[in-house]
Parts: sequence; structure tokens; C-alpha cells
Amino acid sequence: MVENRPWLTVFSHIVLLIGVVIIAFPVWMTFVASTHDAQTMLRSPVPLLPGPHFFKNYREVLTEGYARTSGIPVTIALFNSMVMALGICIGKIIISIIAAFAIVYFRFPFRMAAFWAIFVTLMLPVEVRIVPTYGVVAGLGMVDSYSGLIIPLIASATATFLFRQFFLSVPDELAEASRVDGAGPIRFFLDILLPMSRTTIAALFVIQFIYGWNQYLWPLLVTNKESFYTAVMLVARQATAVDATPSWNLIMATAMLAMLPPVLVVIFMQRQFVRGLVETEK
Amino acid sequence: MATVSMRGVRKSYGGALEVIQGIDMEITDGEFIVIVGPSGCGKSTLLRMVAGLEKITGGEIAIDGRVVNELEPKDRDIAMVFQNYALYPHMSVYDNMAYGLKIRGFTKSDIEKRVRHAARTLEIEPFLERKPRQLSGGQRQRVAMGRAIVREPKAFLFDEPLSNLDAKLRVQMRVEIKKLQRQLGVTSIYVTHDQVEAMTMGDRLIVMNKGVAEQIGSPIDVYARPASLFVAAFIGSPSMNFLEARIGSDGSLTLDGASLRPKTRIDPGRAVTIGIRPEHLSVGSGFDLQVELVELLGADTLVYGRLSDGKALVVRLPGNEVPRIGDRLPVKANEGAWHLFDSETGKRLGAA
Repeated sequence: MVENRPWLTVFSHIVLLIGVVIIAFPVWMTFVASTHDAQTMLRSPVPLLPGPHFFKNYREVLTEGYARTSGIPVTIALFNSMVMALGICIGKIIISIIAAFAIVYFRFPFRMAAFWAIFVTLMLPVEVRIVPTYGVVAGLGMVDSYSGLIIPLIASATATFLFRQFFLSVPDELAEASRVDGAGPIRFFLDILLPMSRTTIAALFVIQFIYGWNQYLWPLLVTNKESFYTAVMLVARQATAVDATPSWNLIMATAMLAMLPPVLVVIFMQRQFVRGLVETEK
Repeated sequence: MATVSMRGVRKSYGGALEVIQGIDMEITDGEFIVIVGPSGCGKSTLLRMVAGLEKITGGEIAIDGRVVNELEPKDRDIAMVFQNYALYPHMSVYDNMAYGLKIRGFTKSDIEKRVRHAARTLEIEPFLERKPRQLSGGQRQRVAMGRAIVREPKAFLFDEPLSNLDAKLRVQMRVEIKKLQRQLGVTSIYVTHDQVEAMTMGDRLIVMNKGVAEQIGSPIDVYARPASLFVAAFIGSPSMNFLEARIGSDGSLTLDGASLRPKTRIDPGRAVTIGIRPEHLSVGSGFDLQVELVELLGADTLVYGRLSDGKALVVRLPGNEVPRIGDRLPVKANEGAWHLFDSETGKRLGAA
């Protein structure tokens, strides 16, 4: 809409600014807290500007960890989180793109039944099936392993559904043209469909990476050894230290570090992400 | 280059609905065949059966003497041009044309040679590195053609390739496709609903209606001696005029006072439909036409009017003859220009 109403512009910007402040203020406080020493954070009033201990705090959590509760450096937890998030996210994309390819391009018995079965599981969050899933994973001896962290979360109804919708929008003539050109189903998939799904894959990568990174309940259940703890778990564990006053400066430094990778993924993949959700290339 | 034979070709979906009801056709080497008909007549289905994209329910199709019913499209050695071009959007023009060759295991230099040659023929050399979305409709059409010709297949199949282009470009591409086909001498089957394309491009036409080949013949044959009412009405613009009549006891028929004598003997008392093309009527003593509407097309004038018994008639006059609305216009038919059809079966009975 092209309209020239200065007061409306001012008003809408004020609304937007208020929104930004509401969202950004806690993040700012987290950052500020991670730059002071422990004593300052326990005194009132809580500081609103960064302090002098930025490097000291971050060096401490990255190399030594928060000794009183977990005792592992955040570096290891970040690595664990990264393995889990990438594993879940890449696994989800591979499995669901293949599942969607089967559902859209092949006629097999109970095809629609399979699709609806996948679709219905969209409505079930991980938490609903977490106890039986734990039973299975424990029975298979996958507790305290990366496969135990990744595999139970690797199927994705959302991604399958999104790929299915994209494949349905690809004109049939493309599949036919490639058949006439001599491509079998696998070649069609690899040469034509996969490159065309690029933007959809990018969008799903962002969504699923964040989903994997932010997992809390499942890693909590399936890991006992500290060397398999994830970054998100670490933040929570540090805050619930029972026998001491929590070192908020270190907890907040850990939280900042745990927040960083998803932010980076969003920043660097934002363009593809938006294109994948908005535009389809045909 | 090859022959294509269709013998009793049938197609039905789930038994009940028969969309192709037995087509017999021998296409000779290098021939340009146009399948024409209204939408839903089964023309695209027939082409797709030749391509191998639709299963053949009955009968057989042979390409170059080899029955291909059970062969995959890639093994039939055909190339197809689709209505929406079906170019691979993520590949450059070069890769689009090279893809089929790459799969078939041609060497890099061989592919390069063939693609360059085809690109030169089609005048798309400057665009080889572009993506399809950076091309205009006409250029995409050429790329789709290029993808077909680099393979040097036994037959080209065209599925309404020009219907997405604007009118001017369509005329231009029509001429080019025809020229290219003649130059390459490859057997071609071309599906269209546009009768002008059909008339101008085809060596022979198949006029289809509801899954049946109403007539197979050269364009001029189909125009001059339509085998049925359907063909007569479908080919020609504006459409042929049809009038109901009955054969008199002496074997002739009367129309608005004038008498017509069929060239072939028809049983007296039979109900017939007689037809005459607007361009075969001219000013002269015969019938009186009450002029109701005049369309000026520049080169021609179309006159819509009614005979004294109320039957509607369209007459095509030269552009310089412009009757006034409400006038009585005397018109006469050219010698032997009347077509006679059986009113019940729609089959052609003869001329008059």
C-alpha cells in the first residue's frame, strides 16, 4: 500500500519498537549478566550495562565448565548439541524427502493409508510417546550414545508433508519428460527433483536444526554420563544447583553460547529460508 | 526415421469408460501426422500411448516394425515436446538439451557437437548458458524442440506445443516446426485442437471425436470431402452451414424453392442434412437471404442471415461487398459445393 500518512507511520513504528524491546530486553539482560562477576549479580540493583568480566567468564565456561554442578566445559556440550541437532536435522530431511518421493510418485497398495498414518503423527509431540520410546532405546542399549540422542527423533511428519506438497506442485510433465529422456526413478529423483527442492530443503534445515538444538526432555532422559550432556541441558542444570548460590554470570554465559548456533543458522540461511516457504521454482 | 503403426488401439480406464475406441493407422516414414479434435476427444491420450506414458488397453502400436506395447518410453526411441515445455528449471539450456544424451552415455564431445548443432539450427546459441526462466515463451519452445532433436529419435511427438504462445508467435513457430520437420525428415505426430495448425502443418490429419477417428486423410481431402457431419462442422471457419431436408420421390431434394440433384443415388424419403461452406456461397440468383448481421473482416465480409423458411445461413463474401442489415440478398451456391450427410448416422452420403 502506498499511502502518505505520517502519523500512522509514527504510530506503527512505536508499536514495532515496543515489540522489539519486549523481545530483546531479556536477551540483553542475559548478555549483561554474562559480563559481570558473581557478586555483582547477587546485589541489587541488577546492572543494566555490560561489566568488565566478559573474557574471564566465557573462558571459564568454555574451558572448565561450571564445576559445582556438571563439571564439564561448555565446549563439549556445544559439540554434543551440534552433533544431535545436525543428526536430527539432516536425518529428518533425508528420510522425509524419500518418503514423500514414494508417496507422490509411486502407486503402491495402502499408499494413502501410509500418507494418513504419517499425517496423523503430526499431531503427536515427542512427549506423548516418550516413555515407550525410552523403553525401546534403553532395551537396544542406546542410552548414552549419539544414536540414542538422534534416532528416536529422526522421523518427521512435518517435513514429509512439506516435501509432498512441493512435489505435488511440480508439473507431471517434468517426470514424463525425464522418462522420455531415459531417466529412471532414481535418476529423476537425484537429477531433477533434488535440485529443484533446494529451497524447501534450506527452509527445513533451519526449522529442524533449531528443533533439534532446542530438545530438552529427550536428552535429559537418554543421557546419564556428563560427556553426553547437551548445551540446553547444561543451562538448566546449572540454574538448579541445590547446595550453593547459583553463579548467574556463568549460567548466563552458557545460555548465550547455547543461543548462538541457532541464531547463526537463521542469519546465514534466512534468504533461502524465506524463499523456501514463499516461492516455488517451476 | 521410422514408420508408426497403430492396429486396433484401445484405451479404457477401469473398463467402463473407453476413451480410445479402436484406432487403425499406418504412418509412413517421414510423414507429418496431425491429430486434431475438440478437447476430451482422446487425442492427447493417443499420443501418450505412442510415447509410452499411458498403458495400451487393447491393440498394438509398432514403431519401425517393432511392437512397443510393453516398452518403456526411453526404449521406444521417440522424443516428445510438451505443451508447457517441461524444461528442467534448474538446468541451463545446454544441460536441458544434453540431459537425454548424458543418460544414454554419449561422450562429452559428442554431446557438445550435437547440442551446438541443434542450437544453431534453432537459433538459440546465444542462450545456451541461460536458465529456462530467463527465456521468453518462444525461446523456451525452441529449447523444448532442441531437446527433442539432439536425440535424433525415430519419431517426434508434439503435444499441443504452440498453445501457450501468443497468436503471432504461434504462426511463426508453426511455419518453423513444419520447415524443421521437412528438413530433418523425421516421422512426426502432432496433437492440436487448432484446425488452422492442423490444415497447414499436416501431411495427413486424423480428426478425432469421442475416442473415434472420424476421418483420416490429407487436409484438402478432409476439407473438400468430410466423412461425417462432425468433421464437416469441425474443419473450416466459420463453420459449414447445415440444413435439414428430405429426399423427394424422384431422388432430388428441394430447398427454399430450388431443386438439388444429388450426384449419388439416395433412397427417396430419407432424412438428410445438407451442408455448404460459407465461402462456397456468393451473390447471384438462387435463394433470398434476409441479412441480420454483417461482420467486416477486411479481406472478407461475413453475412449472417435467414432464408424465407427461417433457416440460418452464413455467407462469406469478398471484403468489398457489404450488404446492409435488413436487405434481401440473393445468394447462389457454387456448382457441386453441397455436402449430403445422413441425418441419423452423420455419415457422408455424397455431394450435390
